[in-house]
This record gives sequence, structure tokens and C-alpha cells, in this order.
Amino acid sequence: MSELGERPGYFGEFGGRFVAETLMPALIELTDALDTIVNVEPFQREWRELLRHYVGRPTPLWRAERLADALDPARRHLGELWLKREDLCHTGAHKINNALGQVLLAKKLGKTRIIAETGAGQHGVATATAAAVMGLPCEVYMGEVDIARQAPNVSRMKMLGATVTPALSGSRTLKDAMNEALRDWVTNVRTTHYCVGSAAGPHPYPTLVAELQRVIGDEARAQWLESAGGLPDAVVACVGGGSNAIGMFRAFIPDDVALFGVEAAGEGVETGRHAATLTEGRVGVLHGARTLVLSDDDGQILEAHSVSAGLDYPGVGPEHAALMRSGRARYLTASDDEALAAAHQVARTEGILVALETAHAFARLADIAREESRRLARPARIALCLSGRGDKDLSTIEERSK
Amino acid sequence: MTVARIDATFAACRAEGRPALIAYLTTGDPSLEDSLACARALLAAGADMLELGVPFSDPSADGPVIAAASARAIRAGGSLTAALGLAKRLRSESNAPLVLFTYLNPVLAFGQERLPQALLDAGVDALLVVDLPAEEGAELRAALAAVEVAVIPLVAPTTSEAREPSVVLGARGFIYYVSATGVTGLGDAPLGAAAERARAIAARAKLPVVVGFGVDTPDKARALAAARVDGVVVGSAIVGTIAAAPDLASRIAAVRSLVASLASAMK
Repeated sequence: MSELGERPGYFGEFGGRFVAETLMPALIELTDALDTIVNVEPFQREWRELLRHYVGRPTPLWRAERLADALDPARRHLGELWLKREDLCHTGAHKINNALGQVLLAKKLGKTRIIAETGAGQHGVATATAAAVMGLPCEVYMGEVDIARQAPNVSRMKMLGATVTPALSGSRTLKDAMNEALRDWVTNVRTTHYCVGSAAGPHPYPTLVAELQRVIGDEARAQWLESAGGLPDAVVACVGGGSNAIGMFRAFIPDDVALFGVEAAGEGVETGRHAATLTEGRVGVLHGARTLVLSDDDGQILEAHSVSAGLDYPGVGPEHAALMRSGRARYLTASDDEALAAAHQVARTEGILVALETAHAFARLADIAREESRRLARPARIALCLSGRGDKDLSTIEERSK
Repeated sequence: MTVARIDATFAACRAEGRPALIAYLTTGDPSLEDSLACARALLAAGADMLELGVPFSDPSADGPVIAAASARAIRAGGSLTAALGLAKRLRSESNAPLVLFTYLNPVLAFGQERLPQALLDAGVDALLVVDLPAEEGAELRAALAAVEVAVIPLVAPTTSEAREPSVVLGARGFIYYVSATGVTGLGDAPLGAAAERARAIAARAKLPVVVGFGVDTPDKARALAAARVDGVVVGSAIVGTIAAAPDLASRIAAVRSLVASLASAMK
């Protein structure tokens, strides 16, 4: 589904561009660049070379037999489980696909400086990496709270030559980092490219990021056809802003494949301390897009909560809001505790330390398999996007396991 | 009245050979009662028009001064509803144009369908939505046009002359020219160039064009008046003055003195 509806930049009723006039010309330039630069052969060749030789793509599709046995010992519901190993990308997460694409685009647009926002730090590390390899200065905004809980990634960004600037306002997490990045961009828009990290924000970012991330789903689909024959019954991914999920989903949208996104329920959706935007959000405008947001009756954005800094965002990419509204994708939630338990289980059964973001998707796997097997009247075959590796979360995991 | 009230104000200022002085405050900072008292003081000291800021949790186009005011105002109960209440009380005692300055999300939460009547009931003459560019919000614009409430467009230095006509298309009341690329509260906006562009826009659009972002001293206001702009917006300087004063009496005295000096500099 690329740009449903009549208006460009809209997915059904969601999307659009809601920014200060100062930024509009830059967004229009970037939108034009989608057609004139990104979707043409020289760019694609250059970017795909980087993906192959620098990132290490294609990433493997790994059949997770021991985890499948652990989740469903009788194997009545879960027929096959395959993991798309984005954790094996250079820098340890899918974020690098997008960062390299955008920084390459920025160079072609003649921009001389890169800025980014980051929550867990994975997008910050990816952007700092892309800026380093392409020789551009980079400044990364990160909430003060996230700087404290994601220290290893802060060190990595600094070693890569990026400046890490704390966002001190609001909840001092991802949304505030995005506000600071927007303030920087509105001030330096003529020279600076804002490398948005998720399939969120004003048009064309949701489309640009989804197009750069759909390499995940395109590869997974081809690999599945080759290794497993046919197509999976369901595809599962975690959703914060939703970039790994939309990258995985886009390739399967035309197919008869069920799509499941898993959001962070934090301490429980009923406690109000969560990041389940699609499940609990209302239609609003945040950071340039009309989408579902966590907001109060006055339109003030609520703080999101999740054990995973990467999911701790009160908005979501507009294409996910549209996929939910149309019924094409379903969105579930997993709590902090469920995600932590899943992270331990994946580590012990498959020998993979997964990011806490991805652990949310693993936490709902057994339920999804049960539901799908009932619908299909046979064990379900599932593909899951393992969006990133968990080294960065070790201190959180240790702390929570005490 | 509504748009007509704005037109009359610019006409009166023009007759006096000076720009209109437009004063901004964040409603609810530090309390709604303080805002009412400060708004009265602004008008008494020579402001021709008020911009009533609706506090928003994520003011990504604002600098630190207004962002901090927004956070304080929300804690004190500030909201779009409260700003409308404040406007209503001001309208009962003043004929000065009132412009509601907001981000879009509070408008969506309030309800776009009931906003036009609510603005009318409160005596608000215009709406300025920072994050609603010309391409968006057709329904809201139509509904407000039907009740004669102006939607104020912003033109930025990055807005090309080719794009400008579509940005100001259908504008009424006035046009807001952002003096420099950046957030509110800039200290070093190139005001000479801003005045030149503002006059050019006014000539093309046949509407008053006001200059804002970065006007924080009487000297800067005097320079803009000498450059014959139609209006000058002062925001962060007023909000910062309110924040720096320890109590209501000193807040009132401080904003009175600031606005009086700005007004006399522009005469």
C-alpha cells in the first residue's frame, strides 16, 4: 500500500504534512527527490551496494526450531517459525538501511550536515555510522532519560564522531528528542538534512522510510519462498514508530498473509503507563503527521512508557494507523514483563540476545500461532522480524531480573 | 465584527503613521488569572492587538522561553478551552482584535466542528495554527471563513516567491512574516531583510503583513517602524518578562513598561 487515497502523502485519513511553513519547502524538495533521485537507478545501485558490502545484506532468514518447540511443545499451532535476522546488520539493527539511504540522499541534495533523533540509540548509532562513512558531520538528539538508560549506544555515537545533545524538556525521551531535532531543523533547514528514524513524521518521511525499509520484507519474502516453499501464513513485528514493521509488511500487503504488529503495553494498558498508541490512541497530529496519538482531552500529548526506549513514543507511523483502520493489519500489545520473559526465552532457546523492542513481538508469538492455526485449521507458518540485537539492553535486563 | 475588527485596527494605525503592535502571551502562564491581568496591562500600555497563545505539550516551533511558558501553563490548567474563556473576558471590556495562537492538536481535541462557533462566542477574530501549512486544513478554513474568523498564514524566509501566492491565497486580516528561519525567541533575526520582504508581500497580497520572531527591544521595533512594516509582533520578550517577575504586581509593572517603551519607539 503506497499512498492510499487521493491526496499525496496520505494513507486513508492519516499522514499529511503538519509543520511550520519554514519547513515546507524542504519537505517538498524531499518529496520531489523520491521520484527524481531515490527511485532511479544510480541511487538504487549505490545504496544497494552499500547494503550488500557495508551492511551485510541480505540478512539471513533463520528457522527457529528450538523456540518453536518451547512455545508449542506439541507443535499443534506453530508449524514453522522463521526469523528475519536484522540484528545481523552492521550496527545491530534494521535502522542502518534507512540511515544509509537518507544520508546518501542528503549528499545528493547538497546538504552538509545531518541531524537525527533517537530513543534507544539504535537509529542514532545508524545515522552516526552513515554520516561517518559518507563524511558528513552529525548531531543526534536524545532524551536525557534515554541517555542514562542506553549508555553503550551513547558511547558508540560519540566514538563515531557524532555530537549527542540531550533533550531536557517534557518526558526527556524520544518525543522530546524529536521536538529538539525539529527545532534544529527549522533553524538550519537550508544546510541540514533531518534523518528521521521511523516511518513517522510529515510526508514524505513515512513513505521514504518505508521504501528504504521494505528491503527487509522483500528479502524475507524471497527467502521464505526459496527455503520454505509458498508464503508464510502470518508476519509479525514490533511497533514503536513502526519502521521495521512497515518494512516487513509492505512486501506482504498484496499477499494473503496476515500481518501482526505488537506494541508496548508497558506496565499494562489499563495502568495508563504504556506506549500502545494504536490500541489506545486517538486521532491527532504529532510531529508533522495526522495519526493516532496518546493525548488527553485538551490535546496535550501524554508521556509513553515502555521498558524499551525504542518503543517509548506516543505516536505511530500513519501507514500503521491506516492499516489498522482498514483491518489489513492487526495490532496487539505486550507488557514490559512479557517482553523481558520473551527475551530470556529467545536467548536460551536460540542463542540470540534480542533487543527489548523485538522481544515484544516474540511475547505474542504463541497467541498469534494459536489464533492463526484455528483460522487455518492447521499449524501456522510464521515469519517474525527480529529487528535488532539486545546488547544495548543488557543493563536494563539485568536490573529488571534482580 | 471579527475580521472587520482587525481591518479597522490596521487602518487606524496606518492613519497614525505607525505599525500595529501585536503582543503575545501564553495563556495560563503562570496562571489564568495572571494572564488576564497581564493581557489587560498589555492593552493599557499600548498593544493594538493580542495573540493569545494556547499552551501545547510539544511546541516544536517554539524556542526555550515559550516552550517553558507552555509547560508552566499546562500545569496551571491552560488549554484551548481556558484560552477561549480568557478571550471572552477580555472581549467584554475591550474592542482590540484577539488572535488565538495554537498548534493543531489542541484544535483537533477540542473539535474542529465546534471551534468556529466557540471562537465567535469568545470574540476571537483570527486563528493562527503554527503547524497547519497552506496545503492542509481545507475544512477548518472553510468553516472559519463562513463565520468571518480569519486564518492567519505564515510566510517564512524559505518560502519562495513562486510558492508565496499559494500560501497567502484567500488570506484575510493580515499575513505573518517570520523574520528568520528558526524557532520563536531568536536574538539575531535579520530584521532589515525581513522588513523588505514583508513590504513586498504586502504589496503583492494587498493585505497588512506583520513581522515577528526576534523583536525583543524598542530599538528593533523602532527600526521596523522606520522600515514601514504594517505590524510588529513581540512574543518571547513579553513571556520572558512575565516569567522573570516574582509576583503579579511586578509582572504587571514589567510588561507595562516593556510594551509602553515598544509602543513609543514605533510612533
